Amino acid sequence: MEHVATVDDAQLVEALRRGDERVFEQLTREYSASLLRVAQIYVASRAVAEEVVQETWIGVLNGLERFESRSTLKTWIFRILTNIAKTRAQREGRTLPFSALERPGTVPEPAVEPERFLPPEHDRWPGHWSSRPEPWPEERLVAAETRGVLERAIEELPPAQRAVISLRDLEGWSSAETCNALGLTETNQRVLLHRARSKVRQALEDYLSEAP
Amino acid sequence: MTDQIEQLSCQELVELVTDYLEGALPDEERVRLERHLETCDGCRDYVEQMRTTISLTGEARPAALTPEVEEALLASFRDWKAT
Repeated sequence: MEHVATVDDAQLVEALRRGDERVFEQLTREYSASLLRVAQIYVASRAVAEEVVQETWIGVLNGLERFESRSTLKTWIFRILTNIAKTRAQREGRTLPFSALERPGTVPEPAVEPERFLPPEHDRWPGHWSSRPEPWPEERLVAAETRGVLERAIEELPPAQRAVISLRDLEGWSSAETCNALGLTETNQRVLLHRARSKVRQALEDYLSEAP
Repeated sequence: MTDQIEQLSCQELVELVTDYLEGALPDEERVRLERHLETCDGCRDYVEQMRTTISLTGEARPAALTPEVEEALLASFRDWKAT
């Protein structure tokens, strides 16, 4: 589902055309973190991803005259980013991550290690927890260390999973917006989101089940 | 069909959690999953942990641009404006 540009989008574009620096700053603050995550699907290093984001904003400015309200400003900006990132990746001789985006389910990745469940041949409870998750202590969830564990777990995800969880759960985008920005089907988006969330949950569980 | 055959195992349930939370499960599957949750503490806690993971992620600070890159962006904006 593609959203059309809102009145706000039209006003933002108009302000940029007029050269309103504050609007430019506001937009770059709002989107650059997400743009970085998406760029990192295609290019290897953070430094190159930053260059791609810079090039994207220049592309946005130079393309303002061509912006049509058939898509949202956000979708349009991410399309520019994806094109630049792909070109950059090709120039660097990187194979594009088609498999990660188009066939994310090929290699199975269990959400929870199979050892945590009773074996399939168990006579009463096959596939039932043998080591069940315990409720997490409320007071440790708000601790800065726990936040650190969560942020590191996100950083360590494979790039496509990291981009999806960042857009969906960190930035609060809808699945339609996320699919649009990344060129993903709904199903593949859910596979990537599932794997990302499952790994982050596991990292939190590992940390929170240690003695404080 | 007996109840036993319809039962979802915990190992199957953990793979359906995202589809469930996304509202992407067909009704029949959703009912099966919710029935399992009614009787399984481990899975209830698991789903709760997934919800907590999602809300904690929502509070995380995204990795922002470095001040140098922000400066460079503003400089390109001014260049663009001047042309």
